[in-house]
Amino acid sequence: MASANGSNGSGGSDESRGIGTKLRARSKKLGEQVGNSQVMNSIFRPGSIFRHGYTDSPRNRSYVVMNSVLYHLHPVKVKRHAVKVSYTLCLGGLSFFLFILLTVTGIFLMFFYRPTEALAWNNIQQLETAVWFGSMVRNMHRWGAHLMVLTVFLHMSRVFYHGAYKAPREFNWVIGVILLTLTLMLSFTGYLLPWDQLALWAVTVGTNMMGYTPVFGGQVRYALLGSKEISGDTLLRWYTLHVLLLPFVIVIFMAVHFWRVRKDGGISGPL
Amino acid sequence: MTELPDHLKKRAAERRAQLAKASGDAPEEATTDAATTDQPVAEVAAPVAEVAAPVAAAAEAGSGQITDDKGGVPAHLLERSRKRKAALAGGEGEEVSGGGVATAVKAAPIAAPTGTGPDGHTQRLLTVVKSGSIQQTRGEAVDKVHTWPHLLVVEFAATLACSAMVLIFSALVRAPLLGLADVNQTPNPSKAPWYFLGLQELLTMFHPMVAGVTIPGMGLFLLMIAPYVDKTTSNRPEDRKFAISVFTIFLMFWAVLVIIGSFFRGAGFNFVFPWNDGIFFEL
Repeated sequence: MASANGSNGSGGSDESRGIGTKLRARSKKLGEQVGNSQVMNSIFRPGSIFRHGYTDSPRNRSYVVMNSVLYHLHPVKVKRHAVKVSYTLCLGGLSFFLFILLTVTGIFLMFFYRPTEALAWNNIQQLETAVWFGSMVRNMHRWGAHLMVLTVFLHMSRVFYHGAYKAPREFNWVIGVILLTLTLMLSFTGYLLPWDQLALWAVTVGTNMMGYTPVFGGQVRYALLGSKEISGDTLLRWYTLHVLLLPFVIVIFMAVHFWRVRKDGGISGPL
Repeated sequence: MTELPDHLKKRAAERRAQLAKASGDAPEEATTDAATTDQPVAEVAAPVAEVAAPVAAAAEAGSGQITDDKGGVPAHLLERSRKRKAALAGGEGEEVSGGGVATAVKAAPIAAPTGTGPDGHTQRLLTVVKSGSIQQTRGEAVDKVHTWPHLLVVEFAATLACSAMVLIFSALVRAPLLGLADVNQTPNPSKAPWYFLGLQELLTMFHPMVAGVTIPGMGLFLLMIAPYVDKTTSNRPEDRKFAISVFTIFLMFWAVLVIIGSFFRGAGFNFVFPWNDGIFFEL
């Protein structure tokens, strides 16, 4: 086709190629300038994969972790068997990720929600109908929460079947059981917040059982409900538990949990 | 056998090639070592032995007396100590030690250096170092890989997959929102969240204190003390038949209760079959 067009066509393509190469050179130069700028170099520490001129070398692979905030979570090197998906099924990591996802979606929901008897249910209705992505984010929060209960539970089962609770990891297992309990409590306190029939009666069934705690069952129930029966006081109480107290506590336990994983020698060995 | 890291293999290959080249240069070595390329250790050892041999020969020739009966202490050191003793005992030591010894060993120790200590010591104790800190003690080699990219890529993929799953599921399935809460209108049946339905199921069999407090409390307590009760160290499934059986029964117990509570309980929390009466279950 180029030959058929003759000199005219080839001349035009030459010109456009000239502009193209110039543009490419210009943008490449600009990219280098930005990549090498003080700003970029101050943001990305040596070894960061986003830093200009990153090359794949054992040294840089170490730096990626060692020189970043990730070093708080991961060591530079891990056992080869530990990175096999078939060993951990990513369950612990996914539980943590779901916690983050729930925090993000939960913060979004907080913008539209008032924990009072008169307004809670209406706010959820408005969220569903009048807020952009409101329904979507609420769905994500709810399904994510159920999924997190499941992943935490499965993570515990995985750890048991691998015998990973044995010395020196006994105490981390205990922390894990506490984390499971906290996860259930977070899920349960969140269950009341929509203030619909489902929420009210599910929580009624649950808290009635707590009332049978020996000796101070009555006090336990009253402290949890803030009144004799479930009411607006309960809603406020459980809202505070759900968005502040329990997340605060669970984050502390998670920090210890992750820290102990490394201090106890990484995840447990192969079977 | 564990897999050797690639960079170590590469280094070994390079070293092997280098040694093969060196042995090619020295023909007598190449002829003696039959399996040169397969035995790098032997090759490394050979030159060392060669270096050591002349030293021993020189020492033997110089001292004129073989000192193998002194517990393997090198001859030149014994010689030196003998001279030193003689020098301390008196001047005649010089003649005794004379003979044909004319090595570099002789020059240094005889006249006491100017910087000696009070008792003529030529050394001082600076510090005592624990053997562990200067001797290289190696633990068992663990086969490790870099967190980046091996672990982080997997984690990133897992989070993406999980996000996608939650996102798609949320786009397709709406979270339930029933009518406004009304304390005067009890739905039939009233069910707890699914993870507590096992407990609610227990309520049909036991006193509420047992079902709602004692059994779950005991369950949590048993879980927590499990590592302190199970003192076996092996984590191989064949060595843990009892622990695995107990835990599996524990899991199945709850799973069955939750499934019955979720799908097989209808109005009045009576037992129903979901294929006859429908499902009374909200997430």
